[in-house]
Amino acid sequence: MISEREVEHIAELADIGISKEELDEFTGQFNDILDYFDILDQVEAGAAVETGLYNVFRDDEVAPSLPPEEVLGNAGEKEDGFFRAPRVM
Amino acid sequence: MGILEFSDRDPCNAFITRIAEAAYGDGKLAGLAIAVKDNISTMGIPTTCGSKILEGYIPPYDAHVVELLKAEGAAIVGKTNMDEFGMGTTTENSAFGPTLNPADRERVPGGSSGGSAAAVASGMVKMALGTDTGGSIRCPSAFCGIVGMKPTYGRVSRYGLIAYANSLEQIGPMARNVPDISLLMEILTGHDSHDSTSINCPYNHTPDPDIHGLKVGVPEEYFGKGVDPRVASTVWEAISLLERLGAEIITCRMPSMSHALAAYYVTCMSEASSNLARFDGVRYGPPADPKRQWHDSFQDRRRDGFGKEVRRRVMLGTFALSSGYYGKYYAKAQSARQNVAADFSRLFSEVDVLAGPTMPTIAFRLGEKSDPLSMYLSDILTVPANLSGVPAISVPCGTVDGMPVGLQIMGRWCADEQVIDVAYAFEEGVSA
Repeated sequence: MISEREVEHIAELADIGISKEELDEFTGQFNDILDYFDILDQVEAGAAVETGLYNVFRDDEVAPSLPPEEVLGNAGEKEDGFFRAPRVM
Repeated sequence: MGILEFSDRDPCNAFITRIAEAAYGDGKLAGLAIAVKDNISTMGIPTTCGSKILEGYIPPYDAHVVELLKAEGAAIVGKTNMDEFGMGTTTENSAFGPTLNPADRERVPGGSSGGSAAAVASGMVKMALGTDTGGSIRCPSAFCGIVGMKPTYGRVSRYGLIAYANSLEQIGPMARNVPDISLLMEILTGHDSHDSTSINCPYNHTPDPDIHGLKVGVPEEYFGKGVDPRVASTVWEAISLLERLGAEIITCRMPSMSHALAAYYVTCMSEASSNLARFDGVRYGPPADPKRQWHDSFQDRRRDGFGKEVRRRVMLGTFALSSGYYGKYYAKAQSARQNVAADFSRLFSEVDVLAGPTMPTIAFRLGEKSDPLSMYLSDILTVPANLSGVPAISVPCGTVDGMPVGLQIMGRWCADEQVIDVAYAFEEGVSA
């Protein structure tokens, strides 16, 4: 069982924003969904997962890119050719 | 070269954006109206992913597939409605209202490419592009009575597709018949250096309806619990037609199915939790307030911009990847995913293709799947192809209560041609 406090903690970790009114609804749904996911407990962890993946490398060649004004075209806040973001510190 | 006037009525709310006067060029698709799902970037045309968080976003470049369509002369007539970021099975999770099923407007068209399916089924366009992460092309194709294909993972470039779950999703064609699907596959496939998962496997094929001697496997699990018996018998009749056309039918087992759905949801939610972190209001979408603290601004932006299903999946994905739970959820999901791939590889050493229903039921009534888990469960028959990357098609095979039912055919990795041949044989066999 996952508690409302834990759901609040996840929302904080995920930076998703959740209102007090939604907490009850999300908690109930998360418990149903996580109960269903418990079926994965039956899966043998077994050997390391073979993904069949390999890296695809390419040469670092200069190619045409978008002009800065187009890159910044959709941004709400910009300054001197840069994106302007909220304060981090 | 010319301008296509596109001012059809849209009674099913298939489109988010329509282009009243769409330019077209010369080529195999010259002057043909093609609709594009709204999570595929179109230069100069708003692209929302069905979300408020991308309100006003106008991509400065075309997705690779859109470039390819334009190069063959297609007229891009609009962007189709979808579940927000592809997260849903009904197209009800759109910030722009639900799309309705053209066969019965009290019902959903399926999702998440429901707008593309409704646009094709209602006759507004001949062909459309959708995307399929866990069945999002095949489900609405089945529910609306059209043909839809999820190509082999990597065969169609994802460059310019706004990512939801990269390891699962593919762009693919939706149309009213198999030859049109084949034509779009010819145009859309091929290597693209902008997508590092792109494979060099172009499709140059004319559908061949001869299936004499072909081995068709039918996994018992595709007719198990939760599958409407009327859908099951409609699909069995379709499989009998394949037998009459010369195929050999072999029943088989796919034990990994019991964990496939959970593996799929843990994987897509985990990937979504990372992918959707880019929507922070800094580079696109309604802007963040630069005077506030980063986390406060970020949280407000996402609470107001994302719908509930998107926030559920981002939170559950964050949880599944968090310290202490990674082993229980994400790692186990990857083992289960490997078991699905192993099942496919075993089965494809015994049979050429696998067949079964695309969806366990006919299209739901609007509002019927209000509980998230019950909606997730309806994806059980489509997610295995995404987990293993193999090609799969849905082709209409009859009706139940007047609503379309889809026959699903899955094939070996990179054997999209064979999957299309079987679908074509069926389509020709039905009309014969």
